[in-house]
Amino acid sequence: MAMTDEQIERYSRHIILKEVGAKGQKKLLNAKVLIIGAGGLGAPAAMYLAAAGVGTIGIVDADEVDLSNLQRQIIHSTADIGKPKVKSAKETMNAMNPDVEVKTYHKFVDSTNIRELIREYDFVIDGTDNFPAKFLINDACVMEKKPFSHAGIIRFKGQLMTYVPGEGPCYRCVFKNPPPKDAVPTCKQAGVIGAMGGVIGSLQAMEAIKYIVGVGELLTGKLLTYDAVNQEFRKIKLPTDTSKCPVCGTHPTITELIDYEQEICEETASRFEAER
Amino acid sequence: MTITVAGEKKEYKDGLTLPELIDAEQVETPEYVTVSINDEFILTENKASTILKEGDTVEFLYFMGGGQ
Repeated sequence: MAMTDEQIERYSRHIILKEVGAKGQKKLLNAKVLIIGAGGLGAPAAMYLAAAGVGTIGIVDADEVDLSNLQRQIIHSTADIGKPKVKSAKETMNAMNPDVEVKTYHKFVDSTNIRELIREYDFVIDGTDNFPAKFLINDACVMEKKPFSHAGIIRFKGQLMTYVPGEGPCYRCVFKNPPPKDAVPTCKQAGVIGAMGGVIGSLQAMEAIKYIVGVGELLTGKLLTYDAVNQEFRKIKLPTDTSKCPVCGTHPTITELIDYEQEICEETASRFEAER
Repeated sequence: MTITVAGEKKEYKDGLTLPELIDAEQVETPEYVTVSINDEFILTENKASTILKEGDTVEFLYFMGGGQ
C-alpha cells in the first residue's frame, strides 16, 4: 500500500536514509513487535517503535503505574498513577502516532499463554524485571522460532543480546538456569539509574528496527554491555557452539515451558497481606 | 603470565586457577557468574579445576535481572 503524504512527511528522516527508504518504512508499517513489560526498558522501546511507525505493537504488563516508576518509565506520567501500565502506554503511543495499532495485554506471561501471545508477532522485546520471565521468554521464542531482544539493567549497568533462530546462541546458552531467588539483586533492592532504561531500551528498539528493515549486524552471538560509571560499552563475543544448549541445542532436554517460582516482592506481599 | 580479563591485559602468576582469578578480580556474585575462556564457556563443574595459561582471554558474564 502506498504511503499517504502525511506519512511521507512524518517518516521523511527514515525515508531519506538509503538503508531504509520508502521500502524499509513500509516494512516497519507492516511489522508487528511485542513488548513484554511496559517499564524501564519497555517504555523507551515502545515509544521509539511507535514513533518509527511500527504498524502493530503489542504490550504485555499486569502492573499499574506507581509513583516509584516515574523516575525511569517515561511512557507514564504523574496523572497515570494507578492506571494499568498497558493503558497508560497505549495512550502515550496513540498520541505520538496514530499510524500504530497498539494491542494491550493486561496480564503476566506464563507457560500457558506466552506461545500463543508471541506467535502473531515478528519480533519480541524482553523488558521484564525477573529471571523466571526472562527464561520463559527465551524458551518460548526458541520454541516458536521468534527473534527477540533480551536485556537487563541494574544500578549503573545494562546489557543486551539478540536471539535470531539458527543464527547464534540463545539466553540459555549463556545462562543455564535462573539463579536462586534473592541470589542476584533486583533493581528494587539495588536501584537503577533512570536513564539506563533509556539507553538499553532504545538499543532494543534499534535491534527490532534493524531486524525489520534488514540493515547491518544484530547483536546475535554478542552481548553488549554498558557501564555508565566509566561510560564504557563492550561487545563480548559469545561462544558459537550452541549444540549442547538444553533448549536451542541439537538434542533439547527442555521441550516444555517452565514456570520458575516468581519472586514476590515486598510490596506485592504486603498488598496481599492487606487484602486478607 | 599475561592474560586478558574483560578486555584488559593483566599480569598474573603462572598456574593461576579460575577460582583464584575470580577472587582476585573481586567478581560480584561469583557463584553465579558465567565464565568464557577463549570464547568457550566453562561448565560450572569445571570451574574449580580450570587453570589459566599465558595469552588466555577471559570474560565474565553476569546475570542482570532488572528491567521494570
